Amino acid sequence: MKYIDEFQNPDLAGRLLDEIRATVTRPWALMEVCGGQTHSIIRHGIDQLLPPEIELIHGPGCPVCVTPLEMIDKALEIASRPGVIFCSFGDMLRVPGTGRDLFQVRGQGGDVRVVYSPLDALRIAEQNPDREVVFFGIGFETTAPPNAMTVHQARKRNIRNFSLLVSHVRVPPAIDAIMRSPECRVQGFLAAGHVCSVMGTAEYPELARRHQVPIVVTGFEPLDILEGVRRTVLQLERGERTVENAYQRAVTAEGNPAAQAMLSDVFEVADRAWRGIGVIPDSGWRLSARYRDHDAEHRFSVEGIDTREPAECRSGEVLQGLLKPNECEAFGTTCTPRSPLGATMVSSEGACAAYYLYRRLDAGTPGQRPPASARTASGTPSPVTASLEGSPLA
Amino acid sequence: MCLAVPGRVLDVEVRDGTRMATVDFGGVVKEVCLEYLPDLKPGEYAIVHVGFALQKLDEESARRTLELFETLGLLQEEFGDPWEAAEAAAIEWKTQDDVHGEVRP
Repeated sequence: MKYIDEFQNPDLAGRLLDEIRATVTRPWALMEVCGGQTHSIIRHGIDQLLPPEIELIHGPGCPVCVTPLEMIDKALEIASRPGVIFCSFGDMLRVPGTGRDLFQVRGQGGDVRVVYSPLDALRIAEQNPDREVVFFGIGFETTAPPNAMTVHQARKRNIRNFSLLVSHVRVPPAIDAIMRSPECRVQGFLAAGHVCSVMGTAEYPELARRHQVPIVVTGFEPLDILEGVRRTVLQLERGERTVENAYQRAVTAEGNPAAQAMLSDVFEVADRAWRGIGVIPDSGWRLSARYRDHDAEHRFSVEGIDTREPAECRSGEVLQGLLKPNECEAFGTTCTPRSPLGATMVSSEGACAAYYLYRRLDAGTPGQRPPASARTASGTPSPVTASLEGSPLA
Repeated sequence: MCLAVPGRVLDVEVRDGTRMATVDFGGVVKEVCLEYLPDLKPGEYAIVHVGFALQKLDEESARRTLELFETLGLLQEEFGDPWEAAEAAAIEWKTQDDVHGEVRP
């Protein structure tokens, strides 16, 4: 357990926190872009350990949450068709469309299958030549290259009964859209580490310059996040506004060139709708003309679905960092993970789910620590919170 | 889903013209596509996302992250049965909703 002890060492966390406290002289609002980071922050109570001047705003980086309702409804429609095997990552099963979810479609006789990798869906297509196999291709720059490779392989191996329902999104245009919003309060970004593992950091200097905002590439573990915060605050206090890489063990400046090459072969940049936010120009991908015959939207007629967003769901504001989940009227009352109004409550990376899971129930008590009974989804207490509790840090 | 997990390459083979590997994630072994990291060799570590190796990682960083994920139950979340998880979650939330109902009408 040597590594764990080092990684979660309260002394190391304490040293970073001391440095942050010594650096900060006034309030700063930072946005962590990635939903994985949001969960890590809430799970470990990192926002509560930081000095009160620093506010962490949760960004739109949960792929499930930003998938527009219209795409969910298209998925449900295709999955209900006879002769279709609909494949998806497990995260999408309980995301509500208009009136139902994939879990219910399966209960009603739809052949919905969960796969670990998109290549598993391709194998299913190969084994079932008389069926149409559709894979739900959602996600950011981390997930798009695997899906691109799968379509490429389908074409190369002439597997014609495989298609992709594409709802891929890109992070940099979302950062740009957030900064352009008149209501934006964000002064620094913790960029999503694994997105940068693929894309590198080339897209960020222009954003940092244009919006005069520091962007620090940050990982997911508690110490990664504290280090990302430390570097961002240091820049802000010094009046610097540049791009830094605080996740060097997994991110290089150039990213993964092979993955980038496949992305630009299979996909082309396109406008995309983000749930609750609306259309952001150039913020996503669609299949390029060469691969259009593997596009499920072209293969299946899924137009004219009556899509209805629940009026009381404010996930769009949560995704833009304008509202904390526990400030929403529906949070924890009419909206729970058991009967969610929106994807932010049901997704394993959703901000509302994080607040619910870790008992951040009341908007008026931001400093409240998770009770001792707070447990992770698998029933394990958070070791970092546990290790910090009772220490001088807590 | 966006979580990428470090794993150790056990062996490499070309299958259907595609470079594939068996990769060990702290005891869970999965098939992983190496097309985006074609130079990866047995014994080396990489960050793997939805069955694709995306970036090489040094051993110490990989082991540290892997052990942390295991402690936090994240490996079960990533590799466990999602149907079971969805059903279990529905039951767990029902219990928790009942508890929450007492403190928040």
